[in-house]
Amino acid sequence: MNSIFSGTRLRDMIRSIRACKTAAEERGVVRKECADIRASINENDPHDRHRNLAKLMFIHMLGYPTHFGQMECLKLIASPGFPEKRIGYLGLMLLLDERQEVLMLVTNSLKQDLNHTNQYVVGLALCALGNICSAEMARDLAPEVERLIQFRDPNIRKKAALCSTRIVRKVPDLAENFINAASSLLKEKHHGVLITGVQLCYELCTINDEALEYFRKKCTEGLIKTLKDITNSAYQPEYDVAGITDPFLHIRLLKLLRVLGHGDADASDLMTDILAQVATKTESNKNAGNAVLYECVETIMAIEDTSSLRVLAINILGRFLSNRDNNIRYVALNMLMKAIAFDDQAVQRHRVTILECVKDPDASIRKRALELVSLLVNENNVKQLTKELIDYLEISDEDFKEDLSAKICSIVEKFSLEKIWYIDQMLKVLSEAGKFVKDDVWHALIVVISNASELHGYTVRALYKAVLTYSEQETLVRVAIWCIGEYGDLLVNNVGMLGIEDPITVTESDAVDVVEDAITRHNSDMTTKAMALVALLKLSSRFPSISERIKDTIVKQKGSLLLEMQQRAIEFNSIVDRHKNIRSSLVERMPVLDEATFNVRRAGSLPASVSTMAKPSVSIPNGVAAAPLVDLLDLGSDDIMAAPSSSGADFLQDLLGVDLGSSSVQSGATPGPKAGADLLMDILSIGTPSPAQNNTSSVDLLSTAGINNNPSNALDTLSSPALPHIATTASAGGMFDLLDGLTPSPSKEATNGPAYPPIVAYESSTLKIEFTFSKSSGNPQETNVQATFINLSPNTFTYFIFQAAVPKFLQLHLDPASSNTLPASGNITQNLRVTNSQHGKKSLVMRMRIGYKVNGKDVLEEGQINNFPRGL
Amino acid sequence: NTVAHIQNNVPASTLNLSQFNQDQVNQLIQQLQQHIRFILLQNRQGKTRLAKYYVPLEESEKHKVEYEVHRLVVNRDSKFTNFVEFRTHKVIYRRYAGLFFSLCVDITDNELAYLECIHLFVEILDHFFSNVCELDLVFNFHKVYLILDEFILAGELQETSKRAIIERMSELEKLE
Repeated sequence: MNSIFSGTRLRDMIRSIRACKTAAEERGVVRKECADIRASINENDPHDRHRNLAKLMFIHMLGYPTHFGQMECLKLIASPGFPEKRIGYLGLMLLLDERQEVLMLVTNSLKQDLNHTNQYVVGLALCALGNICSAEMARDLAPEVERLIQFRDPNIRKKAALCSTRIVRKVPDLAENFINAASSLLKEKHHGVLITGVQLCYELCTINDEALEYFRKKCTEGLIKTLKDITNSAYQPEYDVAGITDPFLHIRLLKLLRVLGHGDADASDLMTDILAQVATKTESNKNAGNAVLYECVETIMAIEDTSSLRVLAINILGRFLSNRDNNIRYVALNMLMKAIAFDDQAVQRHRVTILECVKDPDASIRKRALELVSLLVNENNVKQLTKELIDYLEISDEDFKEDLSAKICSIVEKFSLEKIWYIDQMLKVLSEAGKFVKDDVWHALIVVISNASELHGYTVRALYKAVLTYSEQETLVRVAIWCIGEYGDLLVNNVGMLGIEDPITVTESDAVDVVEDAITRHNSDMTTKAMALVALLKLSSRFPSISERIKDTIVKQKGSLLLEMQQRAIEFNSIVDRHKNIRSSLVERMPVLDEATFNVRRAGSLPASVSTMAKPSVSIPNGVAAAPLVDLLDLGSDDIMAAPSSSGADFLQDLLGVDLGSSSVQSGATPGPKAGADLLMDILSIGTPSPAQNNTSSVDLLSTAGINNNPSNALDTLSSPALPHIATTASAGGMFDLLDGLTPSPSKEATNGPAYPPIVAYESSTLKIEFTFSKSSGNPQETNVQATFINLSPNTFTYFIFQAAVPKFLQLHLDPASSNTLPASGNITQNLRVTNSQHGKKSLVMRMRIGYKVNGKDVLEEGQINNFPRGL
Repeated sequence: NTVAHIQNNVPASTLNLSQFNQDQVNQLIQQLQQHIRFILLQNRQGKTRLAKYYVPLEESEKHKVEYEVHRLVVNRDSKFTNFVEFRTHKVIYRRYAGLFFSLCVDITDNELAYLECIHLFVEILDHFFSNVCELDLVFNFHKVYLILDEFILAGELQETSKRAIIERMSELEKLE
């Protein structure tokens, strides 16, 4: 070996790299070395090759790129001498992995070397193949490897065996070919060959049923005898570890027996004696012995029921659990999780010890213990265990709080005995670790609170008290402001006092303080601020005496840098200011949220709902009127157009953001011949004639944010400059229209048809559509629209057809177009007559589709028109 | 529940594989297997002295893994367990003077056995270099890899006898 590197250039390089004082200096040295190596590679001198590659390997280990050396590996592998091949294969394993194309080039060299007359070369090839072979290489070289399992030299046999395990892992179909060769290895005396043979058999058994049956039938007894022999063998210095002969072989054999015994009573029966012997006789004062015991316990628990053995196993675990060595306690916790499956009582006995482990300073133990505790929880001990865990939550490390609080929440949710208990526990968790609590958890809490009408007062007061102390716990703040917004009146009036409560005095202004605090705190995130804004709107109606103050707070948000906040502030301000008559019904308490729907959505088992969630339609994850408003004019959806002749009901459904696929019931209830104001009321969840729809939309709000990991996602999409953004602004305008339409004073535009400005209804790179308007004399509901289609492209459009659809409150009549051929840069016109049955209350909206052929290809363009002048 | 099966280490035969396509089956089987995913030898400063991967990883991913594993093990109290959970796997590590030997294995694998494995490897190195120190490993890194290749192959233990490996190494050295 020394001869290769006799130039000590490798040593020199390592020395000079080690001598570097700074990272920059090291980079300099490496850069220079790499340059030299590249130059040397280009000279193609075979004498420098192995030295270059050795240097490259070192440089690679330091983390620098060395891909330019990959081909050198292949050249070295292809050279005849052992030393060159050796360094070549080493480089191959270090610098390449199975995914590189270059690797395919080496398959041929590998094949030759597997058939080489020098067994050391064969060993090198097997080693490389075993460590990096890809599925393709595995297929190509499997026959060679299979043959080598029978090779005379044990060093080759054991390498071939392990190489085969890699091959069958990569290509499980090849497993059958190795069954015979593998079973021959089980008769070996050589420990190295035997252990690799056992490993190969284990691998085959896990992959192939036939193999499992074969080994179960033919080899179980032989393996048991082998295990007996090494367990009872006299002291063998070569293999002895802490008084145990070859613990590694013990463990491998026990592992293979586990697979053979699992699901087979006869095989399990055969191994009972030896397992009992290993379990009772193995020394347990050293790690090696415990490793064997551990494996033995696992095997006992996996094979078919032999209850006497299981008692033995549980006892061993009990001993492990009380061991002073942390490693042993760790594995005991690990194994007890499996033991619960068949002896819950035995594990329950250790509950106190396990709970202590949850508080261990070592994070690994804590984690295991926490997992185990959550499996131990049942109806009888849930209260006590939860209390212990929550008590510990108060004093635990910050970095453990996330895991711990998640576990507590899942326990509390699973075993929520009474709602008040659930709410109490959740409030405690939110207070201690609110910033770690996931969205779906606090969403679920809100759903439960909403359903517990008798506890609304109690909950809002408890939250109010908690949030004063723990104002830095984001999710606590969110739940608190949601509840204050909904149940603020219950808070200040001490409504629904429970016997256990101490009366508190909260003024309206105190309650608003909390919400205002959340909206102004700089580290509150977008979701919290948005929720606070909604809460303020609600409170402005609940607390009329201080609604001026609330209005001021809302107005301040007009200057928010967050678009969503800014827009909502303007909208809410307008509601507070100009629409006092509908405000109280607008911000009525949310209808009870439907738990079942929420749970289904939460489990994510409704694929249909996922697609609707993709829409940016719902923004503020708090169920209030403002969010459905966005839906209302979410015309951005690309549902299929209705033809002009159709009734337009589909369009209206779109308009309402009602999911067509899943909610025919609701949509059937909403549109129709009702007066527009009623319809709008429906949409805004005011007046509550259709609770079903209200429920769904509010659940949507919760689950949208629940699906997104980032709670502000929905908001982000809204404020992004793409299409959703446009939709939002469009809808904002729409909302004002609608609300203005609702004001009792009739619209300013009276009946005597003022001139309406023409609009550009649609414009793409190829087509522009202009609308000009005129009123029919006599009927103010009727509007004549002349559409002009202008071809902006240099090509002629043939078979030009324009289709339009309108909501039900409109009627549309289309005259034939002036032509169905639209020449380049030319135009055609078409007249439309629209009758608005809600004239003076609603504006026109229209959806359209234009189809034509250009150069023989069909083109379809679609659009919505919501920039009609008011009052048509 | 496939994941549960895998985590409980139930053999593949008990899974209903017919519902998956071949790729998925292979993937499942690979998850099911218990073998060493990688071996790292790092000093306290986090310099990698040996890194052997038995699963294909991108170079950048390897550096990330090495960094993360070092972060995980370096500040642990000596009284703590020698096991840390690492992503979906588990790292079994042991510290010898200023060097950390870390093995990444399946979450359900026998931790104590791998601890023993690390110790045997260290004994072999100690024997081969007679009183091994970090510098031996730096200047003879290629030999360390060769020793490792005689000890572990395809992520599995190949030889349990220290003597057999030392003898094999001296045979190989003669060929140089």
